[in-house]
Amino acid sequence: MNIIRIALAAAAVTLLAAPAGAQTAPKLKVGLMLPSSGTYAALGAAIENGFKLYVDEQGGKLAGREIEFAQVDDESDPAKAIDNVNKLLKRDNVDVLIGTVHSGVAMAMAKVAKETGTPMIVPNAGAGAVTGSMCAPNIFRSSFSNWQPGYAMGEVVAAKGHKSVVTITWKYAAGDESVQGFKEAFEKAGGKVVKELNLPFPNVEFQALLTEIAAAKPDAVYTFFAGGGAVKFVKDYSAAGLKKSIPLYGAGFLTDGTLEAQGSDAEGLLTTLHYADGLGTARDNAFRQAYAKAYKMPPDVYAVQGYDAAQMLAVGLVAVKGDLTKKAEFSAAIEKARIDSPRGAFTLSRSHNPVQDFYLRQVVGKENKLVGVASKALADPGRGCSL
Amino acid sequence: MDFATFLVQCLNALQYGLLLFLVASGLTLIFGIMGVINLAHGSFYMIGAYMAYALAPIIGATFGGGFFATLLAGVALSVLLGYVLEWAFFSFLYDREHLQQVLMTYGLILVFEELRSLLVGDEVHGVSAPELLSGTLPLGGLMTYPVYRLFISGVCLAVAGAMYLVLTRTRLGMMIRAGSTNREMVQSLGIDVKFLYRVVFAAGVALAVLAGMIAAPVSSVYPGMGNTVLILCFVVVVIGGIGSVRGALLAALLVGAVDTFGKVLLPQAAGVLVYVLMALILLWKPEGLCKVG
Repeated sequence: MNIIRIALAAAAVTLLAAPAGAQTAPKLKVGLMLPSSGTYAALGAAIENGFKLYVDEQGGKLAGREIEFAQVDDESDPAKAIDNVNKLLKRDNVDVLIGTVHSGVAMAMAKVAKETGTPMIVPNAGAGAVTGSMCAPNIFRSSFSNWQPGYAMGEVVAAKGHKSVVTITWKYAAGDESVQGFKEAFEKAGGKVVKELNLPFPNVEFQALLTEIAAAKPDAVYTFFAGGGAVKFVKDYSAAGLKKSIPLYGAGFLTDGTLEAQGSDAEGLLTTLHYADGLGTARDNAFRQAYAKAYKMPPDVYAVQGYDAAQMLAVGLVAVKGDLTKKAEFSAAIEKARIDSPRGAFTLSRSHNPVQDFYLRQVVGKENKLVGVASKALADPGRGCSL
Repeated sequence: MDFATFLVQCLNALQYGLLLFLVASGLTLIFGIMGVINLAHGSFYMIGAYMAYALAPIIGATFGGGFFATLLAGVALSVLLGYVLEWAFFSFLYDREHLQQVLMTYGLILVFEELRSLLVGDEVHGVSAPELLSGTLPLGGLMTYPVYRLFISGVCLAVAGAMYLVLTRTRLGMMIRAGSTNREMVQSLGIDVKFLYRVVFAAGVALAVLAGMIAAPVSSVYPGMGNTVLILCFVVVVIGGIGSVRGALLAALLVGAVDTFGKVLLPQAAGVLVYVLMALILLWKPEGLCKVG
């Protein structure tokens, strides 16, 4: 009897002692603000998977601190964005903010992060302002700026000898910025954007504008659409018979995560993005294998962006040995870092946006196959940023 | 814009207008004629589109497939769905305030969205048009026109004609219209209003589902697709005049034309033109284009 009692007491003591021992480095709370419902739910899930994959690879710890997650579904709704950030910051007391997909929501997050000084990494939203006029020492991006794929495609289309181009996109920040990037590069190389067509987001009735394209008879068309709109645009463009006569070029989102639905109408399309299927590097192969093993599906560009957001956080944390109060050192370390991404290593620009290679990809079957590098180490100009 | 382009744009406007009517036809029945504010209309449309995607392989495996067999199965299922929904939820709402109808149908939107996410996932899917209708017709110099779009227009005209005839020329239509004006009186004349409304509601759901299934090959299938059509459907029904099939058709064609030419001629304002049109028409005719009763 006594022996049992002593054994129990001993067990209790060790049980109590274990967490006490670990308390030397308290858990680091990461706030994931991503969409888990609505149009972008699949993207949010991929980012979360990518982020957690890197953390798991490090044994659940970054710079010796165990990682704990707090999550909010931002519903891709800018109207609820401020409330949602505050839930993470005030209710859950997170140390770091990761988010999000929708540009409008990301801008609201960035505004709050700028005021509170909480470190924030944007794993997708490409709004120029996040690393432009709203840039801040504590705000980073692991993805791209809308301007970048457009600019890379402008160079490609000009090099193909096209002289006149019509652009078509949704009338909102991402579409405008993408077309702006395209126009800048294309017109610098001597081409001319003869017409800029757009329609209100998220309208998908393209027929009237396709008729305009047919009437304008340009050498080529540049487009920015994503998700359901991208599927419908590619199908309508093909059904209207334009695919045969006027080549279509796009930012990579046109054919990312949508190929299953677009079917043969997307075959052969050329797009630019900072990731592609079949990069064939050892780094990418290892990542793809690990991801496929962990989640039973192949990774996409969003998973890579999530994974790299975790890498960037790790670099900063290691430099300050897990002590996030040293904000200046934390930021300086990420600024100087060379992130070993599956997409290919990248550094960060003065305004904290990735300086990265943009790939030219062609749709072959259900994959965006690598054709070559469209623009090497392309940096967003970061206009309006005073860092 | 030269004349040939203008003609093609007119065709586009007509085609879009007819598609809008098809999508709004179910709402005309449920909201326009039964007087139930049904925010879940967009969800029924979405369910239709997802049915076109998800049922096709099942029908293919059991009955040898075919687009039209899938269509038939989808419509049969949706009549069942509509009947059950009316019995379980909507039948309690006829005598209540409109706000309660808004709340409940909004709740249904959330439920259907979440169910969709659980059952089919969040990816974008494509549905291919039936072999028979997948061709294109040459149109002008560069363009071609998909035969399937013409088929949609045909279906829409058929639906419009059938609805108009049933509602205005048959005994059943008379009972439905009478029921929406004075429920108690119709009941006291010995007509089973409860059952009648259950059937009409089921027909409304079936129309929305049919629209979703037929539109699926051109619109593709994606999360949240119902929300975008919902508002346009209300615009069509309100402009047309509550309860009028003819008005809804007229309104749909008008919205189609304003949207098509707005995008081309006034792209800066394309997003608001349809709503400006609605405001102007309601100022001019507060009851909509074709007032009924």
